Amino acid sequence: MLSQVTLTVNGTQIAVPPGATVAVAIMLAGQACRTSVSGEPRGPLCGMGICFECRVAIDGKAHCRSCQVLCEEGMQVSTE
Amino acid sequence: MKTSREAGHTTTRFEVLVVGGGPAGMAAAARAAECGLRVGLVDDNFRLGGQIWRSQPDADSGAEASKWAERVFKAGVTVLYGLRVVDQPEAGILLAESSERFSELAYEKLVLATGARERFLPFPGWTLPNVMGAGGLQAIVKSGLPIDGKRVVVAGTGPLLLAVAAYLRSHGAQVPLVCEQATWGSLTRFGLALSRWPAKVIQGLQLRRDLTGTRFAANSWPLTAHGQQALESVTITRAGRTETIACDYLACGFHLVPNIELPRLLGCTATNGYVTVDDFQQTTIPSIFCAGEPTSIGGVELAIIEGQIAGLAVAGRAAEARLLFGKRERARRFARLLDRTFQLRSELSKLPSAETIICRCEDVLYSRLRKHTSWRAAKLHTRCGMGPCQGRVCGPATQFLFNWNPDSVRPPVFPARIETMAAVTGQLEPSAAK
Amino acid sequence: MSKTVYDAIVVGTGIVGAACAYELSRRGLKVAVIGQDIVGSGATAAGMGHIVVMDDSEAQFALTRYSQQLWHQLRAELPDDVEYEQCGTIWVASDEEEMIEVRRKHTYYADRGVPTEVLNPQQLRSLEPNLRPGMAGGLLVPQDGVLYPPCAASCLMQRAQERAAQLRLGVGVEAIGKDKARLQDGSEFSAPVIVNAAGASAAELTPGLEIKKRKGHLVITDRYPGFIRHQLVELGYLKSAHSVSSDSVAFNVQPRRTGQILIGSSRQYGAEHPQVDHSMVSRMLQRAQDYMPGLAHMSAVRTWTGFRAATPDKLPLIGPWTGDKSIFLATGHEGLGITTSLGTARILADQITGSTPEIPIDAYLPSRAVKEHAHA
Repeated sequence: MLSQVTLTVNGTQIAVPPGATVAVAIMLAGQACRTSVSGEPRGPLCGMGICFECRVAIDGKAHCRSCQVLCEEGMQVSTE
Repeated sequence: MKTSREAGHTTTRFEVLVVGGGPAGMAAAARAAECGLRVGLVDDNFRLGGQIWRSQPDADSGAEASKWAERVFKAGVTVLYGLRVVDQPEAGILLAESSERFSELAYEKLVLATGARERFLPFPGWTLPNVMGAGGLQAIVKSGLPIDGKRVVVAGTGPLLLAVAAYLRSHGAQVPLVCEQATWGSLTRFGLALSRWPAKVIQGLQLRRDLTGTRFAANSWPLTAHGQQALESVTITRAGRTETIACDYLACGFHLVPNIELPRLLGCTATNGYVTVDDFQQTTIPSIFCAGEPTSIGGVELAIIEGQIAGLAVAGRAAEARLLFGKRERARRFARLLDRTFQLRSELSKLPSAETIICRCEDVLYSRLRKHTSWRAAKLHTRCGMGPCQGRVCGPATQFLFNWNPDSVRPPVFPARIETMAAVTGQLEPSAAK
Repeated sequence: MSKTVYDAIVVGTGIVGAACAYELSRRGLKVAVIGQDIVGSGATAAGMGHIVVMDDSEAQFALTRYSQQLWHQLRAELPDDVEYEQCGTIWVASDEEEMIEVRRKHTYYADRGVPTEVLNPQQLRSLEPNLRPGMAGGLLVPQDGVLYPPCAASCLMQRAQERAAQLRLGVGVEAIGKDKARLQDGSEFSAPVIVNAAGASAAELTPGLEIKKRKGHLVITDRYPGFIRHQLVELGYLKSAHSVSSDSVAFNVQPRRTGQILIGSSRQYGAEHPQVDHSMVSRMLQRAQDYMPGLAHMSAVRTWTGFRAATPDKLPLIGPWTGDKSIFLATGHEGLGITTSLGTARILADQITGSTPEIPIDAYLPSRAVKEHAHA
């Protein structure tokens, strides 16, 4: 419980251990990262920042690859 | 028009610039700097190690990785983290961007150690959330995903599968099955050949211990992933029979594809998908060297050797570089063995159905792609490959499915901000590296 | 194939070639179409796909308006992948001088039956909030639209094939003339009519043609739906299109149906290689950021180039070539090939079949080039 990081995913608060990425926070919140062009829910595929399936808006900035971003206290994440 | 300098962005000059902070890049940078050169090492992650030596390394790689990291820092290499190379606006200058700003990196000699990525092959249901690469799931677990008590099926091909299965189990996952598409024959020959590399035999034996309780099947591959909003089960084939296994995650990757986009952008010749290099790891562009997976998929040992040769070569230490040629040849034999063992079987090209999405960025179906006779035609008329992944996922897949060859590489070699692409370059001061 | 005599051969499988093939086969001609690459891969692939009326000259207006109306008629039949959207154009005025031009255009178009609306700064801002504040206003042209050119070319070609046109791709044409087209693989096609719709390569096929290549760059971003709603063009665009000698850029951006933003435009003479030129891209993007600062942080996913076919008087060449009875030209469309492809095909086919064109065509006749040469 020591120094968990709390952030918001689509309005819901979620707590993650320090060092966790935003992609993990989204998965723990039970959400998909984005909706594809034809309406499918999508989550991370490659885990290394090249597939772009994990794109989300973080603190208002669109198209951040969430598997490459560390969670920070108070971050606002919204899935596309 | 703002120059990059006026915009407050950095321009730095190096004698040797190394792109990629994995094993090959670290070895090249350390060696070149130990020879007294001013060396920069740029990587888009926030730690060194690349993919194979990611955070939380296990016991084996930990020692090797730490050793090279120490050498890099001790030799005075300038390490630039979180910087991604996107373009070469003019000869001898790379344009790179971070999440906040961009930089121009000037070099006299360049070593490209851009590594590899997993190959993904499409099959029905592969786009469901919780279907990931094998290395992909491992990376996500390493970045904080709890896997304790979860069921994971591991599938695809390559030595990565066993390593991933062992890693997941060590973190509390149940791995009911590992499905390797190679034949028992290939694997047996691989196992026998491994005896020539004692370290790998020990690795293999350790893996066996770690995997007791996990079934391992050869001649086995996924047919369909099932689920509504996310993965619920996967149907696989083994020994001619199908089996459906309930699971939380499917870790599925088909070996590795070299990251040759930057070398190709810079004009280096590639043959059969690998960057062409001479004995000194020099590409067809005299000032550019290449080491590690982009020259052939050969694993960590080969990458470290090639990196060292490249680092010594750029420092003009031909004789010292030659001392490593023997070791490299041995390691290359392992690379060729990997290649032979984990060849993709033709059944895998029949996995997609007409409705299977092949290009995930643009949701282009197999049925639409099948009509075209080349990557270029398909790209132009279906937009397959025109999304942000820039063909990194669908390129290797369509190459395997349709025998298409990728076309020319254009900047940006990775999606980049408009303001970075708008940078006016070439306004460098002859400043020394920080 | 070399034994078959066709009624017409079309050389070039860009949007103009495809439109001509479609129009000719629609009129019952037996057509062979030859392209050295894939359909829509030349300038067509580098076109912005803007269906626009332009008023640089009476002749340019007539052809663009005629063609735009043909696109309107066709739109209901266009498949989804052509991505036709009637999003309209806004010509953006950055100062009062440009507003004078806006009002002139408004009157010009009103006199010719094209609906437009003069926008004051508030109206402009409400329509396009992401333009930099301080604009003087603009001109809205609601009947303009956009589409995805390679699929439009492909669609037209398919329709031609449905009417028995024969398509031969992947081979270059060595020479045309005297009722024959000789291909680089040695084969020959015969027809009393051969249409040179080879775009930037037209002059290689018909020596003496005054066509220069004018290179352009494009950049496309990731998806940002709603950031812009209309095709936005600066009034200075015309200055850029006018400049005969220097390299120039102009603000010209387009919303794609995907939500991606397509950014142009640039013009260069004398650049023969298709490689992306970083300095041109950076100038073009600086201009775009000037007009829309919000672009700066957007993710650019691709850049690419293409070569427009430019004539000395900025009008296309549509009609019989003076050097050879069997050769007809349908080329030299510079930056308006997508828009005017349909109109070009109509008036070309009219000349071939002896029908009366629906608009005056003297200004596009290749025979004018001989006269114009003295003034160039």
